[in-house]
Amino acid sequence: MSLLLAAIIGMLFASALYMMMRRSFVKLTIGLILIGHSANLLIFTCAATRRDGSMERLPPGLIEEGQTRIEGEFADPLPFALILTAIVIAFAITAFTLVLVKRAYQEVGTDDLDNMRTTDR
Amino acid sequence: MMLSLAILALLSVAAPWVCRYAGPARGVVLAAFPLGIGAWFASKIPSVADGGGIVETFAWLPELGLELTFRLDGLGLLFALLVTLIGAGVLLYAGTYMQGHHQIGRFFAYLIGFMTSMLGLVLADNLILLFIFWELTSITSYLLIGFNHDKKESRSGALQALMVTGLGGLAMLAGLVVLAFAAGDLAGVAGGVWNMSELPEGLSGHAHYPWIVALVLAGCLTKSAQFPFYFWLPSAMAAPSLVSAYLHSSTMVKAGVYLIARLHPNLATGTAEGLWEGLLIGFGAATMFVGAYLATRQTLYKRLLAYSTVSSLGVMVMLIGMGHPDAAAAYILAHAMFKGCLFLVAGIVDHEAGEKDVAEIGRLFRAMPATGMAALLAGISMAGVPLAPLAGFVAKEKMIKAGLDAGPLTALLTALIIAAGSFTVFIAIMTGFKPFFGKAQREPKKHAHEAPWPMLAAPVILAVLGIVYALVPALFATPVVTAAGEAIKGGPFEAALRLDAFYYYEISLALGLSLLATLIGVGIYFGRGLWVKATSPFAKLDGVVGPARMYDYAMLGLTKGSWAQTRVLQNGSLQVYIKMTLVAILGMFAWAIWRTGALPSVGTNFERTGLLEWVLIISIAVSAIVATRLGSRLATVAVLGVIGYAVAVVFALYGGPDAAMTQFAVETLIVVIFVLVVYHLPRFAVYSGLAVRMMDLLLAATFGGVMACLVLAAGSQELFAPISAYFNEAAMPETPDGQSAYGRNLVNIILVDFRSVDTLGELVVLGIAAIGVYTLMKLRDDHEGTPVAEREGDEDEREGGNA
Repeated sequence: MSLLLAAIIGMLFASALYMMMRRSFVKLTIGLILIGHSANLLIFTCAATRRDGSMERLPPGLIEEGQTRIEGEFADPLPFALILTAIVIAFAITAFTLVLVKRAYQEVGTDDLDNMRTTDR
Repeated sequence: MMLSLAILALLSVAAPWVCRYAGPARGVVLAAFPLGIGAWFASKIPSVADGGGIVETFAWLPELGLELTFRLDGLGLLFALLVTLIGAGVLLYAGTYMQGHHQIGRFFAYLIGFMTSMLGLVLADNLILLFIFWELTSITSYLLIGFNHDKKESRSGALQALMVTGLGGLAMLAGLVVLAFAAGDLAGVAGGVWNMSELPEGLSGHAHYPWIVALVLAGCLTKSAQFPFYFWLPSAMAAPSLVSAYLHSSTMVKAGVYLIARLHPNLATGTAEGLWEGLLIGFGAATMFVGAYLATRQTLYKRLLAYSTVSSLGVMVMLIGMGHPDAAAAYILAHAMFKGCLFLVAGIVDHEAGEKDVAEIGRLFRAMPATGMAALLAGISMAGVPLAPLAGFVAKEKMIKAGLDAGPLTALLTALIIAAGSFTVFIAIMTGFKPFFGKAQREPKKHAHEAPWPMLAAPVILAVLGIVYALVPALFATPVVTAAGEAIKGGPFEAALRLDAFYYYEISLALGLSLLATLIGVGIYFGRGLWVKATSPFAKLDGVVGPARMYDYAMLGLTKGSWAQTRVLQNGSLQVYIKMTLVAILGMFAWAIWRTGALPSVGTNFERTGLLEWVLIISIAVSAIVATRLGSRLATVAVLGVIGYAVAVVFALYGGPDAAMTQFAVETLIVVIFVLVVYHLPRFAVYSGLAVRMMDLLLAATFGGVMACLVLAAGSQELFAPISAYFNEAAMPETPDGQSAYGRNLVNIILVDFRSVDTLGELVVLGIAAIGVYTLMKLRDDHEGTPVAEREGDEDEREGGNA
């Protein structure tokens, strides 16, 4: 599974970056969403892969009623906490970018980034 | 001492208000403070001369070893007197000179701010404290040179001074740090020795000694305008005359000389062949000669004085290097008097006669007799005319005697001293004699008249003190110079210093050489047309490869380099930024692989994969490719949704239900929002050509491949044990009243307990994004004057009403 996930992450990164390098502002937004997924999967895979390269479906880090700790193996909760934070932040960025694209298009009349550079000069 | 600094600092802040409410009396009011402080320092002369210094310490940051240590010894006292007393005279002068200037309050704030920094510089014992004051003098000097900032030459002169002294200062900071740690090595103190009075013996034997000397001298030589860094000083003459008199002749430019003198006992090797002495003699002698020579080609009053100041600074550095601290101290004191006086006279001539060029003017003595007398006395002192009982004569005799006593270098140094001395005589005639008694080419631009008393006070007193210096040395000159010289030497002198002029009235080689220099100088004055013609080829050469040109080239190169660099890296194109970032990261990977010589190891145990996983993987892979190819916006949104849900399922399968649920929720929201705004968005367009797209694809694919390798490599490494076992332990209490996070879901307690600051940061980002979204929606349309959202809202309402 980790080999496949690695391949997938590579593909997601490639398509995300390709989209981010487009001159169309809307495509850039698509690229941003894709790169968010790639990063989350990256965190997850790095943490869940064992040293020999294998990956196992483990129960989530939940403590049973009446007990004070989990006995036996469980999935590492830290990467999921990090991913959870990352998802929310990616959402905030996506929402903002979408509104920015809409607004910029409304004002400038183009979504070609090469024609929007006047403010950066 | 700290009190005096505090008073001056407060005065600097209060100066604008004083200027506003004191009116014409502002000069008197403001000058009273440094005068009082100067009097206090003067009252310490007897006790300091007897070897009793004053030390004041205030623990500032004791954890970092930073103490505000101030120390008053002979050297510090000499400079403190110059700073406060000449400062008082200059403030008095400025009160009248700057009258009517619309920013006079600001001017006084800068000037007194400089005074505070300079006084702190000469009193500081801690190296870091010294550096702070050192840089403060550079900054206040920048503000004062550029004070008339509507003039281009003021701005460029100010920038030049700041660049040269600032860069030197940075080198010096490094040198001081190395010095402190080297001293710590020798003294056996772990954190370094930071107080200059505690520096140990034998630093010249330390392995880092050459670095210390080179770096510290880089700061000192730039600050004190030594060859080849002298060019900033003439450019600094764009400042008002009194600033030149105070900063660029009496005090700030001597900061480098001061630090050299201060560290001389610790860094000197004891022989003239040593690194420290050799550099000082070399730079000092070159500066002395070049400065004096360049001065002879000037005709503007202040530039003549500026180049001759460069020469004098060279003399001071050279004398310290030659091991004649008494001569150096005597010269510093004498120079402050005659040069300060002449600069102030130059200001008076400019102010009262409207003239700047000494070649044009003459016979002003009848119109301004007091100024003329002061200038004449200062000029004679500067020339060191033989048998004239003035400070400059005494200092010059000591200098020539030092030159005659320089071992193997005697012939060379004596020749240079006599040459520079001849030029100096010529400059003295041009500045102290010509404007008042020489032939006038034309009438002055303004109707010349005598300056008012506040402007006359300082130059006249300085000129008279030049006589007192040499006739009654016991009054102030001998104790001050002796104390300063002994501090530079690092021990008491064997014989008492003789500063009375009559002591040098004897038939000797030194006096003969002095007479020779005077005659040559007078000769140049009468044949000055010929002299300028004879030296013009050298001037042309200086214009092409001289240090000032080199500075211009360097600045031009810097500007052009920055432009070129910015055009490539910061050209405003997002695509280029991304590409640059990717190429840089790929380069770092390549470098890391090349350095370690091998790819990171990858695990070997890739277990069989179930059907569900295959379905998820394939759907993500297909969607990722399709998302980049689709032309329809809505279809793309749908494909993005597929990827999001598939990723969420992966999380759910592998023990992360919380992340999966969040992903489901967020993905749904994004799709909904996208669908809502999708028809307000522009259609997908292809702007780039095929070649560009292929290049981008190659770069993106390469980077994707590297990321895939990275994931495999990172997953199979375990640098340290996962922290999750701790979360498991700390989640629930063992005993009912135990310490714990009180939660059963480990992901939850990480978010709200162990890493709650992360979550707070996340919420802040969310909040900022929400504000951004709201603002963008509500932003006013400048062309229409009504908010866009309001107009849209109206339309919506109308539509709603119709429905």
